[in-house]
This record gives sequence, structure tokens and C-alpha cells, in this order.
Amino acid sequence: MFAAASEDRRQWLKPLVRILREPLGALGIALVILMVGGAALADFLSAFEPNKISPRDRFQGPSLTHLLGTDQLGRDLFSRVLHGGRIALSVALFATAASLIIGIVLGLIAGYGPRWLDNLMILLFDSIKSFPTVMLALALVTLFGPSLTAVVVVVVLVNVPGYARIIRTQTLALKTSEFVTAAQSMGASTARILRHHIMPNVIGPLLILASMDIPVVIAIEAGMSFLGLGVRPPTPSWGAILNDGFTAIRDTPWIAIAGGLPIILTTLGFTFLGETLRDVFDPRLKARG
Amino acid sequence: MLMYSVKRLGLAVIIVSLAMLMLFSMIYLIPGDPAAVALGPRATEAMREALRIKMGLDQPVWVQFWNFFTNAWTGDLGNEVLSDRPVAEVVMEQLPYTLALIAGGISWSVALGIPLGCWAAVKRGSMPDRIVGILSVAVIAVPSFVVAIYALLIFAVTLRWLPAIGAGEPGDLGDQLVHLILPSLAVGLGWVGYIARMVRASMLEVLEAQHIRTARAFGLPENMITYRYALTIAILPTVTLLGVGIGQMLSSAVFAEIVFARPGVGKLVYDAILTRNYPLVTGAVLVTTVLFVLLNLIADLIVGALDPRVRSRF
Repeated sequence: MFAAASEDRRQWLKPLVRILREPLGALGIALVILMVGGAALADFLSAFEPNKISPRDRFQGPSLTHLLGTDQLGRDLFSRVLHGGRIALSVALFATAASLIIGIVLGLIAGYGPRWLDNLMILLFDSIKSFPTVMLALALVTLFGPSLTAVVVVVVLVNVPGYARIIRTQTLALKTSEFVTAAQSMGASTARILRHHIMPNVIGPLLILASMDIPVVIAIEAGMSFLGLGVRPPTPSWGAILNDGFTAIRDTPWIAIAGGLPIILTTLGFTFLGETLRDVFDPRLKARG
Repeated sequence: MLMYSVKRLGLAVIIVSLAMLMLFSMIYLIPGDPAAVALGPRATEAMREALRIKMGLDQPVWVQFWNFFTNAWTGDLGNEVLSDRPVAEVVMEQLPYTLALIAGGISWSVALGIPLGCWAAVKRGSMPDRIVGILSVAVIAVPSFVVAIYALLIFAVTLRWLPAIGAGEPGDLGDQLVHLILPSLAVGLGWVGYIARMVRASMLEVLEAQHIRTARAFGLPENMITYRYALTIAILPTVTLLGVGIGQMLSSAVFAEIVFARPGVGKLVYDAILTRNYPLVTGAVLVTTVLFVLLNLIADLIVGALDPRVRSRF
């Protein structure tokens, strides 16, 4: 009994060990833990409120009190960066999950449904993809107004066509396989076949691809907030801090540095981790990048 | 080849039509009366009514869409709200700046990416190969607007090597090129990584091919095999990649134009959104989308012409 449990745990640990053995994977995990930990413990790590305006402390350079300096309103940048991490990571998580769910459902429908629906959906995916991302974001913001909802909608629109296509291709391949035919002949419903026979076989590679897309999502959130089209002030976001820094770049460069650094570290961390995940679990996917 | 071209062209037309439909529904769904937005709060009801009729807003939706659709295909994108100039004219004025920026981005990515990828493939498994691999991933990961801001901070503000704002004096090509260096670096840096990886992967494949082995058997010098026989073939997939890449570079161009205060379509759309100049927004987005579809079409046709396997797959 106990032996079996520890066996299970070893099974679970094995992939982690394999990732840590790759230098890039270890670096990726370290960076991700650093950023996630910083965001989670933001209230403990910084003595300052992220939105507390303090006119006397405007534009102070990095010091022991203010590790990354202060911005044009005297707000502590270190605290804003940590709290900005919460926005970035929760948007990344939520938007990626939403794109995955929608992408899987649409992909299964396109792959398993009638031919005409498949063609129609592929055409629709292709036309969504024919908008350059930022142009799509700009057009959507005119519709929704600047908000986190707009950011999530943009991410979903950017990601779903790709995810749905992968699921569709794999579903098409499995549709005529023996075990699906067997299930059909035993009278299994379409929903059952999709859920129990096709989904488990197509979802693995997609999860790895989604993990590799997390840096892209973080970049979209930061980019839209940089343009003033994402989160509304005074909510701290890395993109918004970067924009504050851009405005004052000639005299107080540390604000721009404080806004850009977490974006660089997080995107690098998730990318290194995603690349290693892919190499370790599914080398076939390598052709895609 | 003819059949393939016709099919591919048909697909492009359908995609552009769908994009038009999406853009139209978007303006249609924007809350508020476009005429009231255009005229501002001090306009009288009669003035608004007149503009509504002029913009065709009194017609049923499907008539409005049909007008938008047919006009757009003939290049008439309506007039912009502020100066009442034709949208197509305003966009075309800005387009060359954006195209120059993208051409600059492609130059950076090709000039650095192909040699790096080739070098990594030749030195397969060695330290340089690993370093190029990590660098490629790193430059792909970092968003272009962060590259733009940091490049501005390092090379323009701190070191003062390169100018920080504008597109340079009109007519002075040298000045314009100097102004292009940093923004195009921001646009193209990520693609250095994509191209280096692509060239490396396809070089490795080509170096295993029969004709390379034959060339080796003939005792040709290794350099000649690498550059004359392998690289010329290994470069092909990057053509398709660049077709897709231009779309992403259009996105990066928006940021580069804003950060470096350059004229261009990206900055045009951004400013139009801030001033609620909706006809200009949809017009400019439509032009860039058509441009993107067109460039992808060209890339696919080039690859189709070079590689018969692609044609049959369509």
C-alpha cells in the first residue's frame, strides 16, 4: 500500500527531475517561481501600498527604501511591479484556460461534425488570423472600451484558431480509427466518444503548446496596458508602469527599467520552461517552432 | 500551378470579404450614434440628421453593409471624421513609412538570422550551437515594445548614438535610414530568432540529403557544399515564414511607431482610436489586413512555384 503510494509519487516527480536536469528548464522554473512567488507574496514583500500616492517622494531613484525607485506620483515601483505580476499572471491563466476550452470544443466540432461545418469553421479561423494581432486589439477596444475584458477577448481570438485547428486535425485522424469505430458500433453517443475516446488522445500536445503561449498572453496584456487599452489606472500593470517610464524616459530611466524587467524575466521564464516541457514530453512538436 | 493560384486567390478574396464583414459588424455594434460622436455635443438635431443621411445610417443594416462592402472593394473607404478627407488617401500617405519599417525589420532578421542559423547547423551540438539556440528563444520571447523602449533608453537616451524620434528629414535618405535603425531593430529582433531556428533546422535536414553526400563524395570543399549547395535550398522555408512574419511585424510596427514617434499606419490607427475617428480606424485596419493577406498570398505563390509538393497539398 505504502509502496504503491511512493511509487506514484516517484512517477509524478520523474518529469520534474527531467526538466530540472536541463539547464534551460531549471532556469525557466527558477524564473517562474520567482515571478509567481513575488506576485503571491506581494503584500509581505513590500512595505508600501502599490497605489499610495506620495507627492513628496516623486521620481526617487532606486534606494534601500524604494528598491526600484518611485514614479511620477511617488508610488513605490517595487510594490507596483509585484502587484502588477498578479494582474499579468491571472490574466494569462484565465485567458489561456478560456482559449483552451473554446478551442477544444470548436476543434472537436470541426473535426467530428459534418464536412460543410468544418470548411466554414476553417475559413472563419483563417480570417480571424488574417488580422494582425495589434490591429485586432485596437479594433476590439473601440468596441469594448479599454478593460481587462477586452484583453481577454483579444487573447481568446488570437489563440482559439490555432488550438481549434490542432484539435481538429487530430480528431479527423482519430475519427476513422478502430477504437472509435468500435465504440460507435457498440452504440456510444457522440458526446461519449468525444469525451472518453478522442479528448484524452488529443489534449496532451495542446497543453504543451498552451504553456508555450503563456508568454505571448503576458505580452498582449502588457502591450495593451502600455497603449492604455488594457487595465485602467491606477491598477498596477507592467505595461502601464512601462508607459509611465516611457513618458519620463529622459530624466528618470529607472521607471522604464522597472516596468520592462518583470516582462522580460517572466516571458523568458515561461518560454524556457515551455521549450523544455516540449523537448522532454513531445519532441514531435518541435517541427512547429 | 494555375489551378493552385486560382484556388489560393479565391481563398484570399473570401478571407478579405469576411474581414470586411467583421469590421462592419464591429462599427455597427459600437454603442452610441456615430453622427453624434463625429459632430460633438454642441451639434443640433438637424445637423446630426443630415450627417446620418450623408453617412447612410438611415438605411437598413443590410443596405449599409452592401454599400460598405462594394465601396471598400473599389477602394472607397469613406471619409474620415475630422478633416473629411478620404480615408484611403490618409492611409496611403502613412503606409510607405510602415512598409519601410517592416522592410528594415526583415533586413535585420535576415541579415542576422540566416548566418546565425547556418553557423549553428554547421557546428551542430557544439557550444556556439547551444548559445545560438538559447539566444534565438530569448529574442523570440521578449515582446517587441520592451525591446523598443530599452533600445530607445540605451542607444538614444543614454549613449546618444542614434536619434530617438521621428522618421528623418524628407528627401534626405541617409537621415531617414539613421532614423530607421532602432525602430526596425525593435520590429525585427524577434524574427532573428525565428529565422535562425528555421534555417538551422532546414540546414540540418538538407545536409543529410543525397545530393550533398554526392557532393562530398566528389571531394568538393566543405565551404562550397555548405553555402552553394545546402544553404540555397535551406533558405526556402524562410520565405513562407516571412509571409506570416510580416503580419506580426505589422503588430510590432504599431509599438515601434508610437515609441519612436514615427509616422505610419500603426500610429494613425492609435491616434484615430483616441479621437474616436472610427471610419479611419476601420479603413486603416482593413488596409493592413488586405496587405497582410496579399503578402501571405505572394509568399504562398512563390513557395508553390518553387516546390510542387505544396501545390498538390492544397
